[in-house]
Amino acid sequence: MKRAHDTIQLAHGGGGLLSRNLIRDEIVPRFGGGPLEGLPDAARVPMEAGDLVFTTDSYVVSPIEFPGGNIGHLAVHGTVNDLAVCGARPRWISLGLILEEGLSLDLLGRVLDAARDASAGCGVRVVTGDTKVVARGQCDGVFINTSGVGDPMPGFRLDPASIRAGDCILASGTLGDHGMAVLSARHGIDIRPGPTSDTAPVHRLVEAAAPFAPHVRFMRDPTRGGAAAVLNEIVDGRAFGALLREADLPFAAQSQAAAELLGLDLLGVACEGRLLLVCDDAAREGILAAWRARPEGRRARCIGRVDDRAGTVRLETVMGGRRLVDVPQGEVLPRIC
Amino acid sequence: MKYVDEFRASPAAAPLRARLGRLGEALSARPGTVNIMEICGSHTMAAARYGLRDLLPPRVRLISGPGCPVCVTPPGYVDAAIELAGRGVTIATFGDMLQVPGSSSSLAQARAAGARIEVCYSPRRALELAAAEPAREVVFLAIGFETTIAPVASLVDLAARERVANLSLLVSFKLVPPALRAVLADPDLSIDAFLCPGHVSAITGTAVYEPFARDRGKPCVIAGFEPLDILFGLCGILAQLAEGRAAVENLYRRAARDAGNPIARAVMERFLRPAAAYWRGIGVLPESGLVLRDEFAAYDAEKRFGLKVGAGREYPGCMCGDVIKGKRLPAQCPLFAKRCTPADPVGPCMVSAEGSCAASYKYERKGGR
Amino acid sequence: MCLAIPMRIDEIRADGTGVADLDGVAREVALSLIADPRVGDYVIVHAGYAIEKLDRQEADERLALFREIAAAWEARPHEVR
Repeated sequence: MKRAHDTIQLAHGGGGLLSRNLIRDEIVPRFGGGPLEGLPDAARVPMEAGDLVFTTDSYVVSPIEFPGGNIGHLAVHGTVNDLAVCGARPRWISLGLILEEGLSLDLLGRVLDAARDASAGCGVRVVTGDTKVVARGQCDGVFINTSGVGDPMPGFRLDPASIRAGDCILASGTLGDHGMAVLSARHGIDIRPGPTSDTAPVHRLVEAAAPFAPHVRFMRDPTRGGAAAVLNEIVDGRAFGALLREADLPFAAQSQAAAELLGLDLLGVACEGRLLLVCDDAAREGILAAWRARPEGRRARCIGRVDDRAGTVRLETVMGGRRLVDVPQGEVLPRIC
Repeated sequence: MKYVDEFRASPAAAPLRARLGRLGEALSARPGTVNIMEICGSHTMAAARYGLRDLLPPRVRLISGPGCPVCVTPPGYVDAAIELAGRGVTIATFGDMLQVPGSSSSLAQARAAGARIEVCYSPRRALELAAAEPAREVVFLAIGFETTIAPVASLVDLAARERVANLSLLVSFKLVPPALRAVLADPDLSIDAFLCPGHVSAITGTAVYEPFARDRGKPCVIAGFEPLDILFGLCGILAQLAEGRAAVENLYRRAARDAGNPIARAVMERFLRPAAAYWRGIGVLPESGLVLRDEFAAYDAEKRFGLKVGAGREYPGCMCGDVIKGKRLPAQCPLFAKRCTPADPVGPCMVSAEGSCAASYKYERKGGR
Repeated sequence: MCLAIPMRIDEIRADGTGVADLDGVAREVALSLIADPRVGDYVIVHAGYAIEKLDRQEADERLALFREIAAAWEARPHEVR
């Protein structure tokens, strides 16, 4: 049996363990250190005029359009969110398009409309871009890369090492909706509109938490690999762990139903417009109240606590038992057994 | 979710746990441990997902049985599918099979190397794939136990009716009762009772378990897959043991009729006939599988492509066989969580979401609870 | 070994398939393996096939029993059998 690692598998892109290993083994040894240290979602880089925060991300999704949005929304929101969770106010973004020969201009128009509307909605401007066309079969319709630049917001000192037992883990809304919308569309689960992607910017939620900035230890938007991947990443190699309460997890009914049909655990499924935040207990109610006052934070919950069980994420189930919440492995597949 | 949530989060959980504990005490005079085999991988998975092993009384053990179709699939079957993909055939499969290790590679690896592998939620998707590309052969990986067999075998009927000529099945269907006989025949195993699979039973009915209760003295309790169903089922088993009874008890009547589903069984009967089958870790068991009847040979991928599915080669040191039979716990395999992980599995029990190694790795590792 | 979930039949088509709903999620379901499917029936769905009807009376009776057990436990937590 060959090791699974000899060639790139789809699971290497899934945000789970294989993604993590790929970055650890192939990227960090070559490019690690400096602002890349600790692999933040965006890097804070010193410039002569002061620090700026810089990030980049590429977007591939099948299908290109899904309930709740399309790849154009994702490409703007994703980069805005990477800046926001690093405590930056997003300002400028780039838009790089790779288009497949034969792509419908109507579809491209809808994607670009989405990118325009999303950037207007986020208060960011697309200031540079690029377009390439590749032969049929060399990409899947349209791939997008966006880079983003933002101003650091004062007050946030985000560092997973500052997390302590007793801290609270907050989620800004229902988990796994984007992934379920895409998977349901891909596997023909839904005939009527079913789960809807949560694609949205989170920077206003970050701004809403800013008055509590000194109490905030860490923020992340749980994209590929979902909340399970983010939380495992936070506790990995640290002296603390996380204990979630199943009864407190916010899930949308339709996403839960679709996950049940496909045999998936929503904790391991992607969001594209949610924020996970770790803060001390004193700031919990203040941040939750500030979030719930906004439409995108209406279903915000405290989903668990940091405790001293080093390096593990656990779930107290509705039955009163406890189990491990592991890093998702990679490719999310529907199963029948 | 109607008829789901009520069986999941309920104020009855605490008293059922207490009842289970009390029944456990009533059995404390028995020597040794009480070994309950949950035959079905979905029970294994649900027990892990809800942390139910935490709630078992001391000395009551829940042992995972051979009821995970992916886990009992021999590497030779995966090899045959990869061989077909190499000949330019589209392989349509349930997502469960994608990572299962063959002798030297998995379907996911074959896909990365260019093979056309399509993941289907329903077997009907394979028919759509075949109809969409009439010039290309499509082979559906027909694995599964009684629950899955009729839905998959229905493909033959659909293909015939819709005149889809480029679809065939690579059949490796398996039956639960022969596996239970094999488990009981193993002198190294001492199973006190069976927690029987609700959805298999919905097809077979309760009669198939009678010999195990009547002749072998093993309580057989059919249970659903929600956590309260499982707790209730375990209470039923411990109560029988405490009273010294052994009967077939159906505690999942909302989905499993005592008579089973005669329509599904008629579909199985029409297209399939019993045959010996090779079970990973157990070996060849007579009449333990179903294969396509000769008159449907056109839909039989083995015959259509002149292929013989062999046993294949298992990874040296892999103890999936013992794990499948409940002889060993996953953590007792030296490869567990070391050479063999869900990201890079060498044995099928680590692949299937309901394989006992995967369940154990995913939910119960490092004493992390 | 067999993931299956109760869904409600919302629509029955002439070709032996139908549409079933689970909390607002709808999917096509083959109804060829069950007898006399009717709109409003709950069915157990596995791999896109209804493999059996859900017996609502059985389900409701079991839930009533669970409620009874819970009520007795709340009244006298240590005497439940």
